[in-house]
Amino acid sequence: MTAPVLELRGITKEYEGNRVLKGVTLAVRPGTVHALVGENGAGKSTLMNVLFGMPVIHETGGYGGEIVLDGKAARFASPADAMAAGLGMVHQEFMLIPGFRVAENIKLNREPTRANPLSRIAGSTLETLDIATMRHDARAALDRVGLSIDEWMPMAGLPVGHMQFVEIAREVDKKNARLLIFDEPTAVLTESEAATLLDTMRSLAAAGLGILFITHRLDEVLAIADEITVLRDGEVAGRLDPRATTVAHIAELMVGRPAATVRHADAARRAGGTPRLEVRELEVDMPGEEVRGVTLTLERGEVLGLAGLAGHGKVGIANGLMGLYPARGTVLKDGKAFALNDPRAAIRAGLAFVSEDRRGVGILPDESIELNIVITAMEAQNRFLHHGPIPALRLLDGGAVRRHAREMIRALDIRTTGPRQQVRRLSGGNQQKVCLARAMTLEPDSLLVSEPTRGIDVGAKERVLEILRQLNRERGMSLLVTSSELAELRALCDRIAIVYRGRIAAILPPDAADAEFGLAMAGEREAAGAARG
Amino acid sequence: MAERAAPAGERRGAATAAREALREIGIPRLLIALFLLTLFAVAFATHMDMAALITDCILRIARNGLLVLALLPAIQGGLGLNFGLPVGIICGLLGCVITLNAAIGGWAGFGLSAAIGMALAVPAGLGYGWLLNRTRGQEMMVGTYLGFAVVSGMSIFWILAPFTNPALVWAISGRGLRTTLTLTGIWDKLLDNLGGFHIGRVGIPTGTLALFALACLLVALFFKSRAGLSISAARSNPRFALAAGILDERTRVQATVMSTVIAALGIVVFCQSYGFVQLYTAPLLMAFPTVACLLIGGASVSRATLAHVVIGTVLFQSILTVALPVTSQVVQGDFSETARLIIQNGMILYALTRKSDR
Repeated sequence: MTAPVLELRGITKEYEGNRVLKGVTLAVRPGTVHALVGENGAGKSTLMNVLFGMPVIHETGGYGGEIVLDGKAARFASPADAMAAGLGMVHQEFMLIPGFRVAENIKLNREPTRANPLSRIAGSTLETLDIATMRHDARAALDRVGLSIDEWMPMAGLPVGHMQFVEIAREVDKKNARLLIFDEPTAVLTESEAATLLDTMRSLAAAGLGILFITHRLDEVLAIADEITVLRDGEVAGRLDPRATTVAHIAELMVGRPAATVRHADAARRAGGTPRLEVRELEVDMPGEEVRGVTLTLERGEVLGLAGLAGHGKVGIANGLMGLYPARGTVLKDGKAFALNDPRAAIRAGLAFVSEDRRGVGILPDESIELNIVITAMEAQNRFLHHGPIPALRLLDGGAVRRHAREMIRALDIRTTGPRQQVRRLSGGNQQKVCLARAMTLEPDSLLVSEPTRGIDVGAKERVLEILRQLNRERGMSLLVTSSELAELRALCDRIAIVYRGRIAAILPPDAADAEFGLAMAGEREAAGAARG
Repeated sequence: MAERAAPAGERRGAATAAREALREIGIPRLLIALFLLTLFAVAFATHMDMAALITDCILRIARNGLLVLALLPAIQGGLGLNFGLPVGIICGLLGCVITLNAAIGGWAGFGLSAAIGMALAVPAGLGYGWLLNRTRGQEMMVGTYLGFAVVSGMSIFWILAPFTNPALVWAISGRGLRTTLTLTGIWDKLLDNLGGFHIGRVGIPTGTLALFALACLLVALFFKSRAGLSISAARSNPRFALAAGILDERTRVQATVMSTVIAALGIVVFCQSYGFVQLYTAPLLMAFPTVACLLIGGASVSRATLAHVVIGTVLFQSILTVALPVTSQVVQGDFSETARLIIQNGMILYALTRKSDR
């Protein structure tokens, strides 16, 4: 076997005590496509940031482990360093200048130039562009990636697919290019464009480049990869040979983990009680997590899990029900029709939501813990207010707020200096407890929780799951739990619905085999799921 | 070793504390306070009439307080510095002109002017808020130019409007309002003199100060009410607010209306104290010194408190009052207007560079 062009040896990275990479090792050989797959939050982006020497890594204390490029240890201080050493990156979002021509974009900042009288006096930045060479080089690069457009066309107005190829051509044109990284390159492409792109990647590899291919789309991985590394929770969960594996097996590795406690089907309540929430043909326009017709019933007192790979729409369901993204469809709450696209109506109907986007949606970072806990109840239910004639002008009842906040801090074990502390200063786990406290304050009968344990440490994780169990058992709340961690759902849920391409592919008991979950997430159980659901 | 280390640690602690305190006060605020003290010292050293000087300071503080307060709701609502203050000012001026035209004097005239002005400010604020929602992210720029446009448009209105009271219109043509309308004997100084008294030779405009204090109190209470908390929450995190059922498009409009209404009241109180109603281009640049007041108080584009309103008004208005007589004694010619422009525009520029503060 040839020596690898790039080796990562035991890469570790911590963000504020949270270990996001726990010793990742992988090697990319020249002439091969190496696929890196993993769920959102598995550590793929962090790994790429480490590799490229992004400032965010240095600002947060650097990384551990070793990067070896062409057999020599390398430590990149900036992305410019990494590129100079022969790494190229094809971005998910294009880094192209629309007002420039294709060739100008390809040669940007590396333009061939000729000296002229002015530049002899004022320096090389004033040299004349060698347009002919530029066009020639650009043409060659475009030919290598199989794009037949004229290299002198303006960038603006090119179809998205072509832009992607121009971006690749730019990386290929770099004379010292050794390794190309494709970060979710097919996400914005149509199927035929994606197929062409995969062909291009193959031929670039055949020409001797090493390719690191990051993606969610597992069928693409099987189609072109020579080696597969599966990342899960910052660790390598498995190295696979694409000829000897299946989509279902990869999916299983991505989401499955040895579950400490699996709830058994007989311990779990039987479905088929009274419906709490009936969802019919729900469609949600949440970018990246579109829901395309979900039909689902949440029973009274049940814990229903929503699982599925990233991008298939599991996250969109709760967001759509709560009115945070435009939604269509019919939803019955206790048999009564329910207004979509109206957060206040959802709260008043007895729903509460703990968002997957804690920092973006879950908290008011600059406000106090107590205000964070009561503000939704105050807004939607007019609680924690003094009496007064006009509801909107009633004053906040500081005493009642303080008492309630103290009670919640004790009940949920929020580690804080007091109810007046800014939520920004809390750890992720304690922020999550504040989010839970706010949802509990609404006294809902149905609680929608998304990614309840994402980004929080192990101790807090257990505590959050225990709180959810208590709410279900002691207060009889129906829970709809969306999670990328299958183990968590299997420990918590009565039933687990698998979302695939915006629809429910199957509903499985928590003690179903890993392989069954894998199959459902890979879309190979659609028929079976439809028959059951 | 241990003995030597301890004092070093203490020194470091003291130095950190000093730095903290300095950051809390803010270097610009400190410099301006020192500048003001220097002015007072010079005034004292040159045997100027200190009582008259201090009386003037307090009067100007009382006169301008409400206008500065009008900026607060806009910042709370996430709209930044309300350079569109003239929108509210014009409403207040309209209120004054309407009652003057009807020849209503005394408390009735003052009260009615304020009431009409604030009533007009509600639809004006709604329109202004609607515009700001359509030009998100450029509120300050849009406010500035809307203010200019409204003042200029109203200049035409002042000429063409069918006001007939001979005391208001140009004497020769009998059409079009004069640039300055006097309130002497109509309702000037009514509020200033309400319960007014003297401490030594220093006069206190009690009524105007009391109204400013009352308005501050009401604004503070409002931001502890449900509606007020919604406005703050939507500013602080619009996505969070949406999840709680608060539409930030609505709270932004509410904040704009509030700001515009207080500005309308503010200008009526200003005219009362000043004794004149100034029309045409007089309100054109009024937002700038007002904004500078608030910024000198320590506010930033995204954060302001009542303390900033009060401190800023006191510092800036005192400087304006004291600088003119003092500088004309020390240097030949009028340096005070130049000093005002440097301080005012320098403060605004400084605040804009510190947009990401806190």
